Amino acid sequence: MARMKFICDAERCIECNACVTACKNENEVPWGVNRRRVVTINDGLVGQEKSISVACMHCSDAPCMAVCPVDCFYRTDEGVVLHDKDICIGCGYCSYACPFGAPQFPSNGAFGLRGKMDKCTFCAGGPEENGSKAEFEKYGRNRLSEGKLPACAEMCSTKALLGGDGDVVADIFRERVVHRGKGSEVWGWGTAYGKLPNPKAKPAPEKKS
Amino acid sequence: MMRALLMSALMLALFGCGEKIQSQTNARDAGDQQAYLGAHDPFVTKGWTAGNKAEWEKHMRARTQTQNESVRINGI
Repeated sequence: MARMKFICDAERCIECNACVTACKNENEVPWGVNRRRVVTINDGLVGQEKSISVACMHCSDAPCMAVCPVDCFYRTDEGVVLHDKDICIGCGYCSYACPFGAPQFPSNGAFGLRGKMDKCTFCAGGPEENGSKAEFEKYGRNRLSEGKLPACAEMCSTKALLGGDGDVVADIFRERVVHRGKGSEVWGWGTAYGKLPNPKAKPAPEKKS
Repeated sequence: MMRALLMSALMLALFGCGEKIQSQTNARDAGDQQAYLGAHDPFVTKGWTAGNKAEWEKHMRARTQTQNESVRINGI
């Protein structure tokens, strides 16, 4: 199997945050930690607003793995980057190294105590027995071993967020882009609701009182 | 003598360019179980046998296609 990957389609994401909610619910992520979040640029600018759902991208050459002083990261056969919370010391180096801001740290203790790192696991759990209580409490659900894909991707209503075998999701995305066009072709009234029945029709002039 | 010294210096310099192995082998060292072995909970989907890697991969590919609206709309 190829590597598991996420792709987020910026033309489709409607910033509904269902992926964020699905992730928090499925993995019972602690308060203050968001394994996934939606980033929006050009907010409010008509036609230029773009949103994208971001989490750990499970890099092939992960910088978090490279900088970890206790070597708590590992990569599974499916290319998912995971970490061992029993080894993590919560130093935060991975947080500085990650270009996506994926590593998160719970800070629910006194004096801004920084706990062990928490991040997206591609719903693949961690180094505990698959589907065990210990695994769930430390890392969340292990949906891959249940024959499922990450909850965020499966929950996405517009299918902006795709998750799964990198080759397969790339094919889905490519086919989509080829069919819908590019640039301004993919945005506007006609694309969303179909072409106007009478394109030459103009709105009635406003009555001046 | 100089040549040997140069060679050893080169070897030392190249050694610094090396990268530690990041393969999945350390996944097993960490005690992680392979996903295709299945989970010990009641939420495992049907259509594949736990422990059968080929079946699991086939099942996952088919499940990934449920995100493909072209397939869903055309009912393939």
